[in-house]
Amino acid sequence: MLDPPDQMRFETLVLPHLDAAFNLARWLLRSGTDAEDAAQEAMLRAYRFFHGFRGGDVRAWLLQIVRNTCFTWMEKNRHGKDTSEFDEALHGPVGPTPESLAIAADNRGRLTQALESLPSRFREVIVLRELEGCSYKEIATITSIPIGTVMSTLSRARRQLQLALNNPAKKEAIREL
Amino acid sequence: MSCNRAGTVLHGYFDCELDILDASEFERHLEHCSDCVNALEALQFLRSSMNLTQLYEKAPAPFRKKVLASLGSGRSVAASFPSRTVWSWLAAAAAILVTVYLGVQLGTSQRAGDYGTELAAEIVDAHLRSLQPGHLVDVVSTDQHTVKPWFDGKLDFSPPVHDFADQGFPLQGGRIDVVHGRTVAAVVYARRKHFVNVFIWPTNEKNSAPSSGARQGYQWTEWRKGGMEFCAVSDAAPSALEQLRSLLTSN
Repeated sequence: MLDPPDQMRFETLVLPHLDAAFNLARWLLRSGTDAEDAAQEAMLRAYRFFHGFRGGDVRAWLLQIVRNTCFTWMEKNRHGKDTSEFDEALHGPVGPTPESLAIAADNRGRLTQALESLPSRFREVIVLRELEGCSYKEIATITSIPIGTVMSTLSRARRQLQLALNNPAKKEAIREL
Repeated sequence: MSCNRAGTVLHGYFDCELDILDASEFERHLEHCSDCVNALEALQFLRSSMNLTQLYEKAPAPFRKKVLASLGSGRSVAASFPSRTVWSWLAAAAAILVTVYLGVQLGTSQRAGDYGTELAAEIVDAHLRSLQPGHLVDVVSTDQHTVKPWFDGKLDFSPPVHDFADQGFPLQGGRIDVVHGRTVAAVVYARRKHFVNVFIWPTNEKNSAPSSGARQGYQWTEWRKGGMEFCAVSDAAPSALEQLRSLLTSN
């Protein structure tokens, strides 16, 4: 599909960001298997659109495609998956439950659970900033959030993440009763 | 949290996205706002936890293979148009071009553009490794006259070592590390509850202004001075790294 010089440019410029593509898809879709499918689809789209890429920040360009692919994916597969998203009513102050104590023992699990409980729009800014180290400008490009609101979106996202970490969802506890 | 700045500007400061005027104005504010100081610490804690638990999910190897194969199949579709011999000739030419291109890339762009994402990744990895229990320093000392001679005989260059305790960066010690396949000096400073690794190795290139960035939530700043390449990395505030850099360049 690409002529040899473009193929070469693709391989040297885009392929090194495969980890970034997978990581973003993994956190947006909250599943490794779905992330593989979506990230592969995104890579193929990037490959197809590559002749239209006119230089600039290639990682932001690729992540924008990944992000859009993931959001389309979520639209298509919306069978109640998003219902587990953060609901402030479920995260009120609550004493430690056996579950939350067990979870606290495993920080990685706890962070994963908290991050996955955020609405996808908050989750993506956290992943882009904290895991991918993107600048506000890159975040604005990737997510189509106006650059002026990246800071406030991040601040709300972090506040929710802190809340979710301090007060894991009551839902699990309620289900146990 | 009662301070209204904790909700917004603080995040710009934490992410080093404020311009220098706003940042220094905010730092003045920090001096007498314990709400914001606490909020900053909480953010730092969150960032460190995310890094230490390694939430970053790398592409699994089988998936990587699959993607490469699927992109390779795109190539074979294109290959069906030119004759087989022309194609294999083109492929050979492309391979040579790639090799030359990569060679040029490696030769010239150790620091071009984004300081080589790869090198930044290595530096952050080295920093993370050093934070594992027992890995931070090989020579524990706050005395520059102990740390500096310790490097003699272990390296083919003599890295600058200073104690900046009076300026808020007490020397912790040093160790030998490996970055980009070469042995480098790592001089460790403390900044409040954070550690800063300063990686140092010799370079033939001339002095350069600092360039900085962030990766996986860690800040790095690199610069060259007097035939040495420096790269400082930490989860301390970016302004702290900048302060340490100016101390190191003026000493």
